[in-house]
Amino acid sequence: MKYPLSDKVVTLKPSGIRKFFDIVSEMKDAISLGVGEPDFETPWHIRDEGIYALEKGRTFYTSNSGLKELRQEIANYQKRTQNIDYDPMSEIIVTVGGSEAIDIGLRALINPGDEVIIPQPSYVSYEPCAILADATPVIINLKAENEFRLTAQELREAITDKTKILILPYPNNPTGAIMEQKDLEEISEVIIEKNLLVMSDEIYSALTYKGNHVSIASLPGMKERTILINGFSKAYAMTGWRLGYACAPVEIIEQMTKIHQYAIMCAPTTSQYAAVEALRKGDNDVEEMRKAYNQRRRFLINAFKEMNLECFEPYGAFYVFPCIKEFGMTSEEFATRFLEEQKVAAVPGNAFGESGEGFLRISYAYSLDNLKEAISRLKQFVTKLREEQKQKTAL
Amino acid sequence: MREELLSIIERNSRIDLKELAVILGVEEIDVVNELSALEKEGIICGYHTLIDWDKTSLEKVTALIEVRVTPQRGQGFDKIAERIYKYPEVRTVYLISGGYDLLVTLEEKSLKEISNFVSDKLSTLESVLSTATHFILKRYKDHGTILDKKHEDEREVITP
Repeated sequence: MKYPLSDKVVTLKPSGIRKFFDIVSEMKDAISLGVGEPDFETPWHIRDEGIYALEKGRTFYTSNSGLKELRQEIANYQKRTQNIDYDPMSEIIVTVGGSEAIDIGLRALINPGDEVIIPQPSYVSYEPCAILADATPVIINLKAENEFRLTAQELREAITDKTKILILPYPNNPTGAIMEQKDLEEISEVIIEKNLLVMSDEIYSALTYKGNHVSIASLPGMKERTILINGFSKAYAMTGWRLGYACAPVEIIEQMTKIHQYAIMCAPTTSQYAAVEALRKGDNDVEEMRKAYNQRRRFLINAFKEMNLECFEPYGAFYVFPCIKEFGMTSEEFATRFLEEQKVAAVPGNAFGESGEGFLRISYAYSLDNLKEAISRLKQFVTKLREEQKQKTAL
Repeated sequence: MREELLSIIERNSRIDLKELAVILGVEEIDVVNELSALEKEGIICGYHTLIDWDKTSLEKVTALIEVRVTPQRGQGFDKIAERIYKYPEVRTVYLISGGYDLLVTLEEKSLKEISNFVSDKLSTLESVLSTATHFILKRYKDHGTILDKKHEDEREVITP
């Protein structure tokens, strides 16, 4: 039977990652560098709080916007890391991962035809969420020569009189790029001048390797224009708990809460209790994991240098984004051959937007031993490709 | 860099110097210098290997012995601890707070050898008041390492 499906959804492109996932899944002994989540398990004391909550019979709904004590801890966290004051009662909502916050944040703000500026390469769900909210996505193709930071110039050029929101995805998945204070100051001038809102996705904020993360909401005049999104997945290795949050002006949170209340009801209760423990006593765990990621990051950057593979040094998240343009193939061709010939899976850069073409996302959420093996295979592959190229030019 | 270096080699003392320098983000010569300083200062006391002897054919019995002693005037527990740790079969000696004073671990080939040590050597020391011996039946985790568990990656192979 022909089902009368929604045109909006039917025409939505399936994620580029999905396509590659299907190829990899068929290959049993492949090493993967394709995972966008920590390799660490959730620290035990946090899991223990989740278990304890279940034991005590805390198996009911919480209030729509989340446990009061969790919102209080989130407010404390934003105060101690960013020096931003959020009212836990009215300016914070606990969501099902950062992803839900992106979705309901956009839906709460968009009227049909509003433009949402999305810098790419970036996480795969901004554009579809914008489309589903009836916005027109406007893509900024970030440049490798700027280390994939967003410049004020690029932002200015993308703004029209229909622009409503800028999505600011830093520290960035897939490039590992960060925006430092001075970069943020430059774009915040434009944002204030043009009277825009910012959706700042800071899910990787705890994982930076060059000074501490700065939130754009902490800059003068920006808190009232920012929907700050964060969560527990990356910092506390809690991806499967599905817990994130948004902090924003009360007027916006009120509208987001309406959507959340009808679509979700509340975030998982067990996860919320575990998250309270994470924010109260998890700083050391985060620091230990950050150190381990940083060691792996340095290892990879050095390995690329040694094999002469072009790659800017990224200072955030757990990804490196080497350039593979010298081999004269598309990212997908490269990734597919790398998988077939060396059995290593890495995600083609174009899965994160056209401007990711010519790059490869390599995740370092793997043990050093794992990375060493993968890198030695990459070395063989790169050497072989370079020889092939030599032979071609000789002909 | 000192603490980070120590925590890396505490888990893997065989890591090569060049790699150590890379992951710490310093020069190899700095690592060499720091390591020799740490050795000189007695902070690094050895480079041991964690072995699960149960998987070998060698018989080994490990006992934990709680020892209550009378501290000696002017020397506290140090003198008696020294008397005990000088025996080569003694693996560790800790001064402990609580119900007893010293915790001694002992590694021998058989139960009999351990009981001989306790009855002939340890209990006969003048300042030893009493001992209580516990035998280790199974080692699940040692030096922060789970001995029998193989790590499996539970994650999906590709995620955004």
